[in-house]
Amino acid sequence: MRKEYTCIICPNGCGMEAEIEGVRVIDIAGAGCPKGQEYVEQELTDPQRNIATSVLVENGILPLVSVRLTKPVPKARIFDVIQAVKQIKVVAPVKIEQVVIENILGLGSDVIATKNVSAK
Amino acid sequence: MAMIKKDVVIIGGGPAGLSAAVELKKQGINDIVIVEREKQLGGILRQCIHDGFGLTRFKQTLSGPEYSQRFIDQVEELKIECITDTTVIDITSEKKVIAASKNGLLEYQAKAIVLTMGCRERTRGAISIPGTRPAGVYTAGVAQAYINLYNTMVGKEVVILGSGDIGMIMARRMTLEGAKVKAVFEILPYPSGLPRNIEQCLNDYDIPLYLSHTVTNIKGRSRLEGVTVSEVDAQLRPISGTEKEYACDTLILSVGLIPENELSLACDVELDQRTKGAIVDENYQTTTDGVFAAGNVLHVHDLVDFVSLEAEALARSVISYIKTGKLDKCDIAITTDANISHTIPQKISGFKDCKLSLRVRKPMKNCEINIMQNGKMLKQVKFKKAIPAEMIQIKLDKAELQAVGELKVVVR
Repeated sequence: MRKEYTCIICPNGCGMEAEIEGVRVIDIAGAGCPKGQEYVEQELTDPQRNIATSVLVENGILPLVSVRLTKPVPKARIFDVIQAVKQIKVVAPVKIEQVVIENILGLGSDVIATKNVSAK
Repeated sequence: MAMIKKDVVIIGGGPAGLSAAVELKKQGINDIVIVEREKQLGGILRQCIHDGFGLTRFKQTLSGPEYSQRFIDQVEELKIECITDTTVIDITSEKKVIAASKNGLLEYQAKAIVLTMGCRERTRGAISIPGTRPAGVYTAGVAQAYINLYNTMVGKEVVILGSGDIGMIMARRMTLEGAKVKAVFEILPYPSGLPRNIEQCLNDYDIPLYLSHTVTNIKGRSRLEGVTVSEVDAQLRPISGTEKEYACDTLILSVGLIPENELSLACDVELDQRTKGAIVDENYQTTTDGVFAAGNVLHVHDLVDFVSLEAEALARSVISYIKTGKLDKCDIAITTDANISHTIPQKISGFKDCKLSLRVRKPMKNCEINIMQNGKMLKQVKFKKAIPAEMIQIKLDKAELQAVGELKVVVR
């Protein structure tokens, strides 16, 4: 089966056409680098995404601290992860790269702060 | 008001201003100041919490705040003076800068001025959407600030007009925050944002994108109740009879960015009608002597990495300007054909390596960009695809250039 993909790994966003048999890529055209084929293979077996959101901050100069995941999580679990992140609060000061939730939902990815928020 | 003397005054502490400042200081220009209007440095990146920044500059994918923090840390380490919560209100062509701060007016006399004020979003008024004037109509960046900085959700049922990157990123952001994003409409026959954002922000969440469609009416009294959407013809005129109604409480506009050039005009900088930013030479010097511009105030970029690289190149020119008092005359104009929207710089000297930044006007496949001078082909670059959403950069070696004769950039 021939299928079209847009690679999301980098801003080049290569448009690719892959010949697929089950979950195997037999042939691929349009990928600017080897990551294209890796991406298609990942999409076929277990699509993964990194996501960003914010966490409430108590006693900070800002009401929120932005966070992201250290590793992508399965696409189907995105909303579960967002819900889990919504449940928590952190207390200022928050440092960039500080782990806010370790190993979220057992998915092997940490939620880390992406901003410094000083205390009031 | 005491006059403060500075080698360089940098206006705006976003990614362009921060990169320029760090490069200047590293190369030994110590007497510099960044003047920033907001309370914190970082510019628009403070609210761009999604990842994807830094792949070119740092070889890793970072969120906006992390990307800017790398430069803010260097600004602090290098002890670069920054004045925040202070708005520059006037610049003169004699390189005086007047700023309003909480402690009153500040007046600087600079040897060089760096313009890094960024850009602004086009609004409903700029595209003249008919209808009532209810609450619930936001530009994408304003919605992004409400959600990501002020913890305020903007609405529940959302329609997005314009397929710019920020609009698509907000489609995903609002979906993650529990809103229903019904559709994205784009007036042009092709998307204006990057393909990866269509994939990961729209397709991932089953948000449909309709090309050649626009909003033709806004309805509601105090709060938005719905919009009318129509198909458009090849001349982008709405086609009567194609109207469809969409109930929604929020309309997000992602309909383009315009360089913020009020201050540039104050010091007689000549603007390019195509980019809406300054006309610059290969040194990023504007038409006003000693006034330089880089980043989104010069031309709107799609990737911040290129903003940093451009501002660093600007800084190196500013250093030669300060040390020698002048730069090479740039009399070689660059012209383009109808399929290329513009180039930055618009003129060069012919004596220096330089980099042309440009965009194509419409999506093209298997095309070739040719750069010619005096009938001689200087450079031929092939592209499997070229789209308006992606800026193209082409390096020119001084050895290839002649001292006179305009450059022609064509695509075929």
